[in-house]
Amino acid sequence: MDDLYRDYILDHYKRPRNFGELDPHDMEGLEHNPLCGDELGVHIRVKDGRIEDLRFHGHGCAISQAAASIASEELVGMPLEQVGKLDADWAIELLGIPVSATRRKCALLGLKVVKGAVTGDNSWPVGADQYRPQA
Amino acid sequence: MSVVTTLDVRADFPILSEEFDGRPLIYLDSGATSQKPATVIDAMNAYYRERNANVHRGVYALAQEADAAYDGARTKIASFAGWEQKATIFTKNVTEAINLVAYAWGRANIGPGDAVLTTQMEHHANIVPWQQLCKEKGAQLRYLEVDKRGELSPEQLDRELERGDVKLVAFTHVSNVLGTIVPVAEMTARIRAAGAVSVVDGAQAVPHMPVDAAALGADFYAWTGHKALGPTGIGVLHGRASILEEMEPFLTGGDMIASVDFDGATWNELPYKFEAGTPPIAETVGLGAAVDYLSALNMERVRTHEQELTGYMLERLAEVPGLCVVGPPEPEHRGGLASFTIEGMHAHDIAELAGRGGVCIRAGHHCAQPLMRCLGVGATARASVGVYNEPRDVDALIDALIAGRRIFGL
Repeated sequence: MDDLYRDYILDHYKRPRNFGELDPHDMEGLEHNPLCGDELGVHIRVKDGRIEDLRFHGHGCAISQAAASIASEELVGMPLEQVGKLDADWAIELLGIPVSATRRKCALLGLKVVKGAVTGDNSWPVGADQYRPQA
Repeated sequence: MSVVTTLDVRADFPILSEEFDGRPLIYLDSGATSQKPATVIDAMNAYYRERNANVHRGVYALAQEADAAYDGARTKIASFAGWEQKATIFTKNVTEAINLVAYAWGRANIGPGDAVLTTQMEHHANIVPWQQLCKEKGAQLRYLEVDKRGELSPEQLDRELERGDVKLVAFTHVSNVLGTIVPVAEMTARIRAAGAVSVVDGAQAVPHMPVDAAALGADFYAWTGHKALGPTGIGVLHGRASILEEMEPFLTGGDMIASVDFDGATWNELPYKFEAGTPPIAETVGLGAAVDYLSALNMERVRTHEQELTGYMLERLAEVPGLCVVGPPEPEHRGGLASFTIEGMHAHDIAELAGRGGVCIRAGHHCAQPLMRCLGVGATARASVGVYNEPRDVDALIDALIAGRRIFGL
C-alpha cells in the first residue's frame, strides 16, 4: 500500500466529513494555496465558547481535503480558545502520514482557514509551524 | 501509433545517467527548466578555470579573453534567434526582459486613456508588469480571449486595434499551459499596421523550434537560457534598435554609462545601455555553448522530434480513462507539452504519484492563474518534452498514471 495515499486518506478525500455550507453561521474563512490554486473555505457555528458545528467547502488535492476532513471531526465541540493554540504538529499527527516539505502547505490548509476564522489572524502558520517538515 | 524520430542524445546529458532511488531519471518537465548537456557545464567550468575576469574594464590579456568570451557568446545567441547583436540585451530571465520593456518603454509611452493588450493565455510574467504599468499610468489593460481550441482570434485582435487606443500588445509565442503555437507573424503585422508595439514571450518557443525573431516581425522578443539547455540567470531580450535608441535606460549604474559627472550621466551605446553592472558572464558563456549544441542538432530536427513525440504522447494519454488534455488536439499546432486533468484525481496527486513512479512532471497553475480560471480548472498536470526525451519516457508516464489511478481506486 502507498505510504501517503492510504485507504483512510482516500476515504476522507472521496467522502469528506463535514463538507458543505452552514447557514446561518457565526464565523467564516477562506484561504488559497498559492502553490496549486486550491481554495478552502469554512463556516463555523459557535455555542458557549465552543465550535458547535462546522462545514468546509472548496476544492483541493487529496492531502488538503483529507486533512480538513479528519481535522473537522476533532474540531466540532472544541473550545475556541483551544483552536487558537493548535499547531502544525497537531494537524500533521492527526493526518498520520509522512508529509514532504512541498505538501506541508496542503496538509495545513484546513487548520489555517479555521484558525483564521476563529482568531481573525490569518498569518498562521509562522515560525516553526511554517517550516519544520515532518520526518 | 505514431513513428517518433529520436535524437539519441541522452548520453550528452550527465544528469540523465544518474540514478534516483535506484532508477534512471525520467524527466518530462523541460517546460519548467531543461537539463544541461556536458558541453554547457564544461564551458562554464572552463570559463571559471581558465578565462575569468570582469568584462569591459581590463586591459590585460585575461580581461580581453573574458570580453571575447562574453561578446562572442552574444554573437552566437543573437544569430541563433535571428536578431542583430547590438540590439540583443542580456537580462536575468524573461520576467526581467518584460519588466525592462514595461518600465523603460512603457513608462515613457503609455498614458491615461491608452490601452495595453495582452491575452488570457499568458504566464504571470506577461500580465503583472502590464497591470502595474496600467495602474500607475491610468491606462487600460485588456485581454484577447482564448477560444475553445485554446487559440487566439486574429479578428478579435483587429477589433481591439480598431478602437485606436492600443499602444502595446504583449503575447506568448507558445503557451506554457495549452501548448498553443500562436501565429506571431500574423499578429505582429496587424499590430505594426495599427502603429502599436509588439512584445513576444518566446520562453517556450526558442528552445524547441527554429525561431527567426526578425522574420516574425516582433518589436521585442524575449526568451530565457535555462529552458534552452543553458544555465539559470541569463535571459535574452531582442529589441528593435530604433526603439531601443529612443528609450531611457531601465537599471542604471556601472557599465551602462558613457560618462558620469556630479550633475548627471550619458548612456553607453547599445546593447550596453541596458546592461547595468557586472553581467552574468559565465552564464552567457554557458548559453553560448547551449545554442552551439542546439544549432549542431539542427532546430528543424529538434522540432520534428518534439512534434512527433508530442503526437505520441497525446495518443498514449488518450488511453488513460478520465484523462482530458487542454489545448489544440493537433501536434502540429502545439509545442512539446501536454497539460491534462484526470477525473477523480487532483493534479497535485497526479504529479506526486508520477514522481513516485520515477517520472518528473509539473502540477499546479503554471503561473497562469487567470487562464486556469478560464479553463474552469484549479490546476493541471503538465508533461513537457525536450531533445533528450524518447517514447519510453512517455510510456513510463502512462504506466505511472495508470498505477496512480489504481491507488485512487479508479
